[in-house]
Amino acid sequence: MEVDQLQRSFLEYSRLLFHEGFLDGQFSQLQLLQDESNPDFVLEVVSLFFEDSERLLNDLTIALDQQNVDFKKLDAHVHQFKGSSSSIGAQRVKNVCIAFRNLCDEQNAEGCLRCLQQVKQEYLLVKTKLEALLRLEQQIVAAGGAIPMLNEFC
Amino acid sequence: MAKNGVFSRLRRLEKSEDTDEFSACIDSHEVHVLAVDDSLVDRKVIERLLKITACKVTAVDSGRSALQFLGLDEEETSVGFHGLKVDLIITDYCMPGMTGYELLKKIKGSSTFREIPVVIMSSENVLARIDRCLEEGAEDFIVKPVKLSDVKRLKNYMFGEGRVQRQERGFNKRKLQETCDVSPSPSPPSSPSPDDTLSSPSSPSSSLPFSPRSSRQSIPP
Repeated sequence: MEVDQLQRSFLEYSRLLFHEGFLDGQFSQLQLLQDESNPDFVLEVVSLFFEDSERLLNDLTIALDQQNVDFKKLDAHVHQFKGSSSSIGAQRVKNVCIAFRNLCDEQNAEGCLRCLQQVKQEYLLVKTKLEALLRLEQQIVAAGGAIPMLNEFC
Repeated sequence: MAKNGVFSRLRRLEKSEDTDEFSACIDSHEVHVLAVDDSLVDRKVIERLLKITACKVTAVDSGRSALQFLGLDEEETSVGFHGLKVDLIITDYCMPGMTGYELLKKIKGSSTFREIPVVIMSSENVLARIDRCLEEGAEDFIVKPVKLSDVKRLKNYMFGEGRVQRQERGFNKRKLQETCDVSPSPSPPSSPSPDDTLSSPSSPSSSLPFSPRSSRQSIPP
């Protein structure tokens, strides 16, 4: 595939993800930190995010599975998840985490369970999309092109 | 690397005339930042943000580790000298064990380390928290997620007046001017800072659009 075509696809896909709220300006910030000396920076951070998230989701599931839910502990995990999703620009995941924290404050176990499902869903969605976006990036680089950026989302 | 070359030229522009010989001598001294954050993702990001701003970075995951690194930990029997002087400490507020606020207090309470500027990061934009940190001696408060413009603003603490004053205590400036073998280069009059996002410390930072330094093409929408 020609570099132009790949770059166009990449831009279109980026634009879509931003418009649908999956990603926000913080993701663009990460892209700015990637250069010739650190060509895999975004991939590395996103990979760390995936690892971290899977661990947190596991902790959340366990915490909510208890007879007596420790809402403080639950909130601590959600706070971490909110932080990491915010740091990479995973906006929808972050937003669900904000709602999740409110439910923890209210000590609403049922609400929290529903929120957990929601956050898992949003996480899987953004994971799939980020993987697709990063694959496109790799294809562009392999074809010798530069990765285009959407300045409007910085 | 071109990037670093540009950066040190910018740094020289920022300094006033009489510290120019001084800056030429310490040009090889990169600023060393100690970053403290329990989040793996955030540590990775802050480390990169600092490195891209030409800083040496040591990233640790807790207040305790930070104190150990500095040699301030009570349990540390050996002189905790790890070889590198710390020019700035940037720490997350919410951390298990010791919070960033507690770390700040410990540092400001130490005669050896109280001069080191401490910057607090937090995802929570709570005025009371910000005030408390500033009152305790924090240099600045950054609302997460941290952006490149936030870190660029920080470099003023590292390369600006404060740092020169701190260095002067260690070096005798007059002596340095005598012994430094520097060909005086005409320094331009103090130019406006290349940093276009100077904001007051207590307000949350906002990033302005700026041109990326990488080889990316910016394609207009």
